[in-house]
Amino acid sequence: MHTVSHGLGYDAAMQVPMTTRSSRFWPWLLVALLGAFSLAQIAVFRGETVNAAWLLAAAVCTHLLAYRFYAAWVAAKVLCVDATRATPAERIDDGRDFVPTHKWVVFGHHFAAIAGPGPLIGPTLAAQFGYLPGTLWILAGGVLGGAVQDMVILFLSTRRNGRSLGQMARDELGNVGGAAALIGTFLIMLILIAVLGLVVVNAMKHSPWATSTVAATIPIALLIGLYLRYVRPGRVLEGTAIGLVLLALAVIGGGWVTTHEGLAAFFDRDGLPLAGAVIVYGFAAAVLPVWLLLAPRDYLSTFVKLGTVLLLAVCIAVLRPEIHMPAVTRFVDGSGPIFGGTLFPFVFITIACGAISGFHSLISSGTTPKLITSEADIRLVGYGSMLLESLVAVMALTAATVLEPGVYFAINSPAGVVGADLAKAVETISGWGFPVSAAQMQGLAEQMGETTLLSRTGGAPSLAVGMASILSAAFGGGLLALWYHFAIMFEAVFILTTLDAGTRVGRFMLQDMLGNVVPALGRTSWYPSVLLCSALVVAGWGYFLYVGVIDPNGGVNILWPLFGISNQMLASIALTVATGTLVRTGKARQAWVTGLPLAWLAFITTWAAGEKLLSSDPRVGFLAAARDLSDKLASGVLPPEKAAVAPQLIFNQQLDAVLTVLFVGVLWTVIAAMLLGVRRHLAGTCTRMSSEAPYVRSALNGVATPLGAAEAAR
Amino acid sequence: MNGAREPASAAAAANPLRALLDTVRALTGDDAYERYLARHQALHPQLPALSPADFYASEIERRYNGVTRCC
Repeated sequence: MHTVSHGLGYDAAMQVPMTTRSSRFWPWLLVALLGAFSLAQIAVFRGETVNAAWLLAAAVCTHLLAYRFYAAWVAAKVLCVDATRATPAERIDDGRDFVPTHKWVVFGHHFAAIAGPGPLIGPTLAAQFGYLPGTLWILAGGVLGGAVQDMVILFLSTRRNGRSLGQMARDELGNVGGAAALIGTFLIMLILIAVLGLVVVNAMKHSPWATSTVAATIPIALLIGLYLRYVRPGRVLEGTAIGLVLLALAVIGGGWVTTHEGLAAFFDRDGLPLAGAVIVYGFAAAVLPVWLLLAPRDYLSTFVKLGTVLLLAVCIAVLRPEIHMPAVTRFVDGSGPIFGGTLFPFVFITIACGAISGFHSLISSGTTPKLITSEADIRLVGYGSMLLESLVAVMALTAATVLEPGVYFAINSPAGVVGADLAKAVETISGWGFPVSAAQMQGLAEQMGETTLLSRTGGAPSLAVGMASILSAAFGGGLLALWYHFAIMFEAVFILTTLDAGTRVGRFMLQDMLGNVVPALGRTSWYPSVLLCSALVVAGWGYFLYVGVIDPNGGVNILWPLFGISNQMLASIALTVATGTLVRTGKARQAWVTGLPLAWLAFITTWAAGEKLLSSDPRVGFLAAARDLSDKLASGVLPPEKAAVAPQLIFNQQLDAVLTVLFVGVLWTVIAAMLLGVRRHLAGTCTRMSSEAPYVRSALNGVATPLGAAEAAR
Repeated sequence: MNGAREPASAAAAANPLRALLDTVRALTGDDAYERYLARHQALHPQLPALSPADFYASEIERRYNGVTRCC
């Protein structure tokens, strides 16, 4: 065992000298009262409708309190952050990867890296249960689970010279744990990319405006890539500004495309050719040089993302729209049209990103720790960024729930559930108690510049309708179609960025794995290996994307839970590493801060996986669905076009069942490895050494920091 | 004071707009070449420095070598 604290870390983290603590008490009491009142507004005193402002106020107050008290306590008492300890950025400082960076700049980088499309899509889908379950899980899961995970992993990696999660898993859990983390990450990547590709395809299906706008983002990215490489090297701000103007023109130009007969027909495509285009694009993006496509697209998406999220927050705060979705809908019983399954456990699986996302631990343990100047910054960067992502999830939930529930269900229910005929579909949905009319849906589609909005599954279109109504109202009304397609472009741009970056990371991982068998394949810049491994990765997610497109139930209802389970599994691996390390560094009594979220995740993930495997409801269980479809196929009740794809769908359901078993197996393997290590440690027979870098006193920090002030105050 | 290399220049304290621009440039990586040159001058001024274009190309390769984006 070794000493982590020098007994001084506590005050450094709290950043509040003892003498002034009482005078700072009152503002926090007000925050607590406002937060409690807001939560009561949304959870207890419900009238006809609830104002979205209460949702936002409840979220902000919860986050402020959690950051000020819980995060500060964890940083000071559990992690014992020590501002006098030199971070790897200070000690190594190679001017490339390891660079001491200002905390707000690190915060910006870290937030831009962790915030993807996940927190927009999950809450939108989970809104079928009503606004309350999703909100409560986002808030509780965020402050007690996700943000703790991000901060603890960032801390552990910073103490270990920026080691990756996979390396820390190997240190902590042995080779089995390391391999499990690697395979888990690779699979989650494939499923994530497939489901995101499906969301984009569903948003573009038979929409010339959306398709042409999304297509235009590719040449725009190429142009900016060339500009940044050859015209004005490294002038990212300039290049991005030009790109943003071009993106705006692409949205406007898409409107013109719909009026042009030939072009409108060219961009009016079925799901399958669009999926093919996404697959070809993904492969091209993975093998082209990074500067040409990936980097410029990343710059554009980061700016669009930050700008739009900020704009949405301001608009919700100013407009304070009413929420029309009930607090809890009848679909908590598992009969929901968007995805099958009861409130428990599926709300916790559907909303992964925004509450707790295992993927973040890869960012928290790769790039970010190499930029941390002082351990005192870890709370802001690790915990703070996740709170902001939680807030994004709350806003996505708001945008989904300000829609009339009937409209929300009409957009998000797959044709396989409500039927493809508008008149019949609205009748079905109205029959559930969410009134909506055909004229209303047609009028809305016309306003948004689309031919139809019925069964546009995946969450992106309904989020875009919600965002368009909020943004349009904030800017004096009108231009709904433009705002709608702006929102679609916004979602597509960073979904495609995740798709590019994910394919590339998947390629690196595959090269790394195959390199153990065939050394030549492990050379990351050897072109045949690049082509082969990229093709394999693209084929992997391309398969799931293809099956999702041919599935009459929209595919999202299968892929999204699978993604949720895999993401929660990765989070469990991260929390397992964290818990094991806390125990072995003498923090057994405080290890519950990661141990309890781990127990909860392991419980719900296993429960959900069990239902996905064993449920006899074909809308929930993979095997039940496969059996149901084979029976229908055998008895000949399927129409010919459905019978043609049925064998593939049956195979896919069985494959999904195998993947689910694999995820749960990986999950319990790492937990068992951790528990074994903990038992050995507590029994005193553990021989594994800590991989923590030794203490070096910081020359940058700790002289005139608040720590010094606290010492002076004593 | 925080010991990080502040994105702000000496004049920044007087001019908040300048400080903001410097922070934005640090966020986007616009100032990466300047930081590289300063470091190069300090450590081994006798060696030739990379051109802006070559530096940008190598910087991009470094930055996208790993998990850079999330879900």
